[in-house]
Amino acid sequence: MKEKYWKKNILYLRILLTIWFISSFGFGILFAEDLNSIFLGGFPLGFWFAQQGSIYIFVILIFIYVFLMNKLDKEHNLDE
Amino acid sequence: MDAQFWTYLLVGVTFSLYIGIAIWSRAQSTKEFYVASGGIHPVINGMATAADWMSAASFISMAGIISFLGYGGSQYLMGWTGGYVLLALCLAPYLRKFGKFTVPDFIGERYYSQTARTVALICAIFVSFTYVVGQMKGVGVAFSRFLEIPYDLGVIIGIGIVFFYAVLGGMKGITYTQVAQYCVLIFAFTVPAIFISLQATGNPIPQIGFGSKTLDGVYLLENLNQLSVDLGFEKYTDINRTTLINVFFITAALMFGTAGLPHVIVRFFTVPKVRDARISAGWALLFISLLYTTAPAVAAFAKVNLINTVSNAKYAEMPQWFKNWENTGLLEFDDKNADGVIQYAADTQMNELTIDRDIMVLANPEIANLPAWVIGLIVAGGLAAALSTAAGLLLVISTSISHDLLKKNINPKISEKGELWAARISIAVAVVAAGLAGLNPPGFVAEVVALAFGLAASSFFPAIILGIFDKKMNKEGALAGMIVGIVFTTIYIFYFKPQLGGPGLPENYLFGITPEGIGTIGMVINFIVSLIVSRVTKPTPNKIKDLVESIRYPK
Repeated sequence: MKEKYWKKNILYLRILLTIWFISSFGFGILFAEDLNSIFLGGFPLGFWFAQQGSIYIFVILIFIYVFLMNKLDKEHNLDE
Repeated sequence: MDAQFWTYLLVGVTFSLYIGIAIWSRAQSTKEFYVASGGIHPVINGMATAADWMSAASFISMAGIISFLGYGGSQYLMGWTGGYVLLALCLAPYLRKFGKFTVPDFIGERYYSQTARTVALICAIFVSFTYVVGQMKGVGVAFSRFLEIPYDLGVIIGIGIVFFYAVLGGMKGITYTQVAQYCVLIFAFTVPAIFISLQATGNPIPQIGFGSKTLDGVYLLENLNQLSVDLGFEKYTDINRTTLINVFFITAALMFGTAGLPHVIVRFFTVPKVRDARISAGWALLFISLLYTTAPAVAAFAKVNLINTVSNAKYAEMPQWFKNWENTGLLEFDDKNADGVIQYAADTQMNELTIDRDIMVLANPEIANLPAWVIGLIVAGGLAAALSTAAGLLLVISTSISHDLLKKNINPKISEKGELWAARISIAVAVVAAGLAGLNPPGFVAEVVALAFGLAASSFFPAIILGIFDKKMNKEGALAGMIVGIVFTTIYIFYFKPQLGGPGLPENYLFGITPEGIGTIGMVINFIVSLIVSRVTKPTPNKIKDLVESIRYPK
């Protein structure tokens, strides 16, 4: 039972941290130059990810994680 | 009423507020002193964490740095926010479950070793102390520039205030003052930004105004790119390929460093439950992101305003603020071709204007013709940012000494009352020592702050992560990893920092990585060494495996 909880937790971490990496190091740095040819209003997209978008995504990721874990805690009867 | 009046008024009011809170929230026990009894509401803790985190550098210098680096400044924006995702997902909940007072506590118990505790303790004190001296310097500068109070007296006033509420209230007092300081600093940062965005683009939200059209129908960033090219600089939003790898490594070092800084981690010991620790990290980042998404907008607006005001304008017709800032030395005009016109250009032979980056935030209200009270607000905000960070760091130093060194190492039989007194005395000594260092800032302080992140990333981060996620990680592995990581990072920084007397030349950088980004490599080395050593030495005792098992589950 407990093992399942931990495995699920690790799975969530894998998925969320992949998004974390892609939105910052990917879109904001490694592919930023290519994305810069696309525009979001006045923002070149790569520049926007580096100075705005990645930060919004970080905040959202944490709240998603909190939601998922609170649910998981309940399912496994581990909530305090 | 002039700016000076408003500055005195706002600084006076905010300082009285901090003192009032300190008297109201005195600490009665070591648990209150170290972790505010673990009874802080997660939203309140998020706010306190945000103030703890955002220093004088975030408030005063960051927007200016971005202003001059353009895209290159993104490393600070992503680096100083992304670490919170790691904190929330990989550290905070488990460390809260572990439920002790400090980071060296965790390292010492998890790796069943006094040596590991002592190594962690030395790192924690070193990292925190270098960081706090920088804050004291920020306080002195803010006072001397705006209130015409001598720098030294400014530092002493700053020490006095921190001394009062940190010694009296410990973590409890610090937490509630940090909440007040967060409110002051975020108000002070966003109000001028809203005004400026409204003036330039008609949109009151700086994050959107930044990507909108200015009143003459051209996108602000396009305008800025054009202005930059005209003056011979690179386009503001362009990405310089040759430095991209370095941007990658610096961003990573700042992120992993954030997740390993003791004064941030310790804040998650102050909430009641594991689920509170998770959500609290979310609140913290939300509060931080208010400033961090506004700063790049301020950077772009200020740059456009500044260029439009000064470039190719007659010196004699400069507004009053230009003369005022010349007096402080933050703006310097040298009329090389003696034509009475200011030439601002990338070419150093032709350029006649030297601009200190801090001016982008400090002089921003004046450049945009904002009311005098906004200038007072900026000063109060800068002081709030510096004081809140200083207090959090000083607490880490004091708990490291009274708890980790005295109670856990030297005299385990010390009474609760004795330990509380020891904590008070050590925070008092730390405040005074930091103040004295701030009065005579060693030249290398600014340089060593870069070291703080690198050290945290290359020492604490892997030791904590492996301590949670790898049951087989043992004392030998963690110690070897921490020592190799720190030694590698420190040597590289000292070797390649000319300000620290290093003989290294930039062309010899490893993969082109500057000292600011080397912590990432140090961290990778730490992980590798830890994993290899742990697999060939004595396995972890079962008692410790059970401990790791227990921190993985909230109940």
